[in-house]
Formats: sequence, C-alpha cells, structure tokens
Amino acid sequence: MFENEEKRFEVRRIKLWGSYKPTRSIDKTLMATPDPSASTDSPPAGQVIDLQSIHKNYDMGSETIHALNGVDCRMEVNEYVAIMGPSGSGKSTLMNIIGCLDRPSTGEYWLAGENVSKLNDKALARVRNRMIGFVFQTFNLLSKSNALQNVETPLLYSGIGRRERRNRALEALERVGLGDRTFHKPSELSGGQRQRVAVARALVNDPAILLADEPTGNLDTRTGEDIMALFEELYSAGQTIILVTHEPEIAVRAKRHIHLRDGEVTEDYLVENG
Amino acid sequence: MSLLESIRIALGAIRGNALRSALTILMIVIGVGCVIIGAAFGSGTQAAVQEQMNTLGTNVLSIWPGQSFGRGGVASSNRVSLTIDDYDALRRDSQFLSAVVPELRSGRQVKFGNKNIYGTVTGTTPNYMAVNNRELTHGRMITQSDLAARRRVAVLGYSIPTSLEFAPTSLLGRDISIGRIIFKVIGVFAEVGSSYGGPSVDDAIYIPLTTARFRVFGSDRLGSLSAEVKENIGVDMAMVDIERVLRREHKIRPGDPNDFTIMNRGVFSDMMQSITSTLSTYIIGILAISLLIGAIGILSIMLVSVTERTREIGVRKALGATRGNILTQFIVEAITLGALGGLFGIILGWLGSEAISSQFDMPLIVEMQTVLIAVAVSVSVGFLAGVWPAYLASRLDPIEALRHD
Ligand SMILES: Nc1ncnc2c1ncn2[C@@H]1O[C@H](COP(=O)(O)OP(=O)(O)OP(=O)(O)O)[C@@H](O)[C@H]1O
Ligand SMILES: [Mg+2]
Repeated sequence: MFENEEKRFEVRRIKLWGSYKPTRSIDKTLMATPDPSASTDSPPAGQVIDLQSIHKNYDMGSETIHALNGVDCRMEVNEYVAIMGPSGSGKSTLMNIIGCLDRPSTGEYWLAGENVSKLNDKALARVRNRMIGFVFQTFNLLSKSNALQNVETPLLYSGIGRRERRNRALEALERVGLGDRTFHKPSELSGGQRQRVAVARALVNDPAILLADEPTGNLDTRTGEDIMALFEELYSAGQTIILVTHEPEIAVRAKRHIHLRDGEVTEDYLVENG
Repeated sequence: MSLLESIRIALGAIRGNALRSALTILMIVIGVGCVIIGAAFGSGTQAAVQEQMNTLGTNVLSIWPGQSFGRGGVASSNRVSLTIDDYDALRRDSQFLSAVVPELRSGRQVKFGNKNIYGTVTGTTPNYMAVNNRELTHGRMITQSDLAARRRVAVLGYSIPTSLEFAPTSLLGRDISIGRIIFKVIGVFAEVGSSYGGPSVDDAIYIPLTTARFRVFGSDRLGSLSAEVKENIGVDMAMVDIERVLRREHKIRPGDPNDFTIMNRGVFSDMMQSITSTLSTYIIGILAISLLIGAIGILSIMLVSVTERTREIGVRKALGATRGNILTQFIVEAITLGALGGLFGIILGWLGSEAISSQFDMPLIVEMQTVLIAVAVSVSVGFLAGVWPAYLASRLDPIEALRHD
C-alpha cells in the first residue's frame, strides 16, 4: 500500500511537470500485462478486454470535450476491477464503451478477441446481449414486469425458448438469493432486492464481463455491503467484474484499481489485501 | 424474438395503462361499432327488398297520379289525378295488361268495441290478391258479387286484429265500424312485413272498390293502380301501352308531359339501391372520420408512451434489444391497440344490431365480410399510427435514453 501511495504521489508530480505520460509506465511496472503489440493479431489466452488508445470526444460547437483522452488498458478473465476518479473524469464514458453502448471516437477496442470498435448498431446490440451484463446505480428494472420477467428479458433478445428462458431466469434469481420473489414487481421489492434482480438479469446470459456503474450508490451502507458480498461470491465463481465507485470502502473489495482523471488513466495497480 | 412474445409484451404494456389504453381505442370502438350497425342495416334492407322483389315479381307496374320528379319521388297535385275512369279505360283499351287493380285509399277511424284505431282504408277489386301475391290466414277475399252489391265487407291487414287487441278468428263475421259505417269482417291477410316507403300494407283494411267509392269516400280519385303485364310481353311495351291509353284519356296534347307516373318494380329496387348506396357513403364517411380520430389518438398516445418509456427503451437496448426489436415492439403495441379497438367495436356493433333488430322490427344483418374489413382496417390504422413513434423509439441513443428521467 505504501509503495502505491508513493507512486501516486510521483504520478501527480510528473503530471504537474506536464510532458511525460505516466500511464503506461505505471501500468508496466505494476501489472503483469502482456505486450500490447502482440494482442492485435491474436489475443493471449485469458484476455477479455484490450483498449488501445481510446479517445472519446464530444463536439460542443465552439470547443471539443475530451471525455476520454487516450486510454490504454487490458483486462483478463476473472479480474475484479474498480474504476475510480473524480466526477467528470470519464468513468461512465469508459464503462459505456466497454459495455458496447458507445463507440470510441478513435482507438480500438478488442473484446474477447474481436474488434468491436467498428461494429454496427445491430452487431453491438448482439455483443451487449451475449457478452455484457449491466448493473446500474438506479437499478433500471422494467417497472411493469415482475422479477422473473425482468431477468428473462436479455434471453428474449437472444431468441431463447420459453421454457429454457424461465429455467435460466429462475436459476439466476436463486443465485442472487431471490428464489422466493419471482413474481414480485420492482415496486414490491426493497432497494437491495431490486439491485439483486438487476444482478440476476446481468448474469442470466452468462456474460464475459459484469459492468456495474456505482451499484451501491442508491443503497444504504448495509444493503450496499450485501451487494458487494454478492459480487465477491460471483468473482470467486470466476466472473470478471468491472465496477465504478466513489467510495473507498467499496473499492477495496476489488483486486485492481484504475484511476481516471480528465479522461486519462493516472494509476492502475493491483490491490494486495483484496 | 417471436411475434407472440412481442404481442405478450404489448398486452402487458397496454394492461399496465388500462384506462388510458381504453380511452385511446374508444374512438375506434365507436367508429367500428357504428359502421357495423350501418352496414348491417344496409345488408338487411337489401335482403328485404330482394325478398319483396322475389315475391312480387317484376311484371307488375304501378301507376301513380302526378308527374315524376327526379328518381322515384312523385309530385302530388290536386289538379292531376287518377280516377276510376282511368281504371276502366285501362281495362278496356290496353293490349298488354292481364290485370288492372285500382286502389282507392284514405285514412279512417276504425272502431271495434271500445278500441279505436286509425288505419288506411283501401277500396280495391278481387284480383288485388293475385296481382300483389297476398295470402289470407282466415276467411275469404272480396268477391265480384261484393263489388256488384257494394257490400260493406272488410278484409283486414295482418296487424289490425293485434291493434284492436282481438284474435283474428274471433273477429271473423263480427261488425267493425269504419268511419262510422258498419262493416262485416270477412277475412284477414297474412303478414307481408316492412314495406319501405309508406305505411305497411299490414296496417290497411281492404273493402270493395264500389263500396269505398259510393258509401265511404264519395270520391273516384285513386291512390294508385297496379297493372300486371301479360306473359311474354316486355315491361317497356306495357308501359308504352299504358301511356297511350292514359294520355288519350287525360287528353294530353303531344309534346306535353304526362300527369301520371308509371313505375315498375325495378325502379323501386333502384330507389332502394340508391338509398343503400347513400347509406354506404355515410358509413364510409363515419368510418373515415372515426378512424382518422382513432389513428390520431393512437399516434399521440404512442408518442407520449415513447417519451415516457425512454428509459425502458434504453434499458432494453442495454440488455441487447436491436433497433428492429424496439421498432417491432412499438408497432405491435399500436397494432394491438387498433385490433382491440376493432374487436370491441365489432362486439358493440353486433350487440347494437341485435338490439335495433329486435326493438324496431328492422332486419339488420351483420355480414362476415364487414367484420373482416373492420378487423383489417383497425389493424391497419394501428399500424399506420404506430410506425412513426416506433421509428422514433428505435432511433433513441441508448446512453441518452438511460440518462432520461
Ligand atoms: N453526451 C455528452 N455530450 C457532451 N459531453 C459529455 C457527454 N457525455 C459525457 N460528457 C462529458 O464527458 C466528461 C466525462 O463524463 P462522465 O459521465 O464519463 O464522467 P464520470 O466520471 O462518470 O462522472 P460522475 O462520477 O459524475 O458520474 C464530462 O466532462 C462530461 O461533461
Ligand atoms: Mg458517471
């Protein structure tokens, strides 16, 4: 931990001086990531995400906002990553790109060996459906549908038959400990239970990555802890998880921290005590 | 995703907003209901006219006093009239008529016991029955001897006994008073049914022509004449024949117009046809207006729905819904709304037709064809109203949609 603190200090100092881009060097010293040049042709086994100098610009007429300013990052199967950073640093923007809700302005994004940065809308929808599980801060359940129907929804878009859909949704609900709330509407569930339904929905299609943007942001501390315990469980079972959080208590659960600032990765390190 | 799934989701969304959905489709329900009733009325009328034509045959011509104007209508004037002399002239001089039936008509008070009704009294001849295809349920028709003796005998239309609250059999042989003159009931006609244009013949009372002329009305002006055309003679020839006789009888100079009108049953049928087609025009009008309003209703509700459910659309997209999935979902929802409107409209129209049929004794026939057209049209309306909102929904950017609240 102490070493990390020192590194971070150093980064800030270097940044103040201006010209030097510290991201990559820190990445290399702290992470056992394979050489990025090799990943372009055939990704090394075990690698799910390869972000190569991702930029995301918003043209606001007079000025251009660089929400992401050259993010390079690789993640492997069964990593548990917390993305942190001040408000407006580009965390959500990055999550949207990783989740294939958005495309980078420039740069390449390889997801499980496929370049998804140039896919069309339909193909992206398919990738979201098969590869990504989203958990939102505001749960985002379909309010008119019950828990089971909510969890079934991704399978509906995969074209899976009625019976299998039902079985898999029930299984996912069991997994998050809501086997007894199958037919409850979101309005009949507590916040923690709603988020569990959302997690079940994210898991039901067996995604390569579970993406959670401040999953505990709308929950009280205790319920938040429950959800984090659930994440821990999923991680132990082999799930790759990326979450965005402000709260250090939540972040310490993750095994790797990535800090963003002004659209750039300022720090990227493994957490030993995780 | 299968169509069935889309319909299930659509029904879920509609049920989730039951009241609003009901109000949305109300206009379509009313429109389709009205159209079903109107079309049923048209079909019923047409069927009834057809039946009447079949029983009366097309070889009977009617002659009315006055000049015809436009289609079907007859201008009545006091100056011009059809008299018993014309009837005699036709019988005497026409070449192509096998029978001529006079009808001397007027309204009179009819009394039996303490019951008092107002009915049409028609003085006519025995051949009235054969020419007009009438049948008796009880008793007998007026005879030549009744005519010669100017007897006070009456044959009642089917509805008269009921109006007098008396069984037909027990009226036979009894005395009734017609305009303060006592008549003996000798027979009761079988039912004819609705007459279309004028009071029903079921409400009329038939007496000998001579009795009517000399004892009751004191007039020889005829209400109308029926003429049966001889077999193997064209109706047109017979009409020319009648015209020749009557023009000479009325001393009409060449070039002057007729002061009488000859109509064949075809004209009646044309008249009914034109009424029915006018009706269909109105029906199409009602349909168009109500469906337009219905479509606007669905369109605006769908637009509201898309805005309201922006977040849902974002969530669905995040979960893997393609543009096509979203497009289908909203179009299916709009179509389902339209179809539900059509369905309830058909039920309303059918119940309404049944009610009118039984209440007003009018034949209303709901045809399968109408029902199918109603379904097809309301589904199309739903589709057309749904396309634009669905397109907007499908084009939503998932990130912005998710941020929407
Ligand atoms: N659609 C957009 N149009 C213009 N600018 C945008 C858009 N989306 C994001 N931005 C800008 O990009 C930057 C990064 O935004 P982002 O939402 O990723 O921040 P964040 O790290 O998630 O912040 P927070 O912690 O507050 O959620 C911000 O400056 C934001 O204003
Ligand atoms: Mg954010």
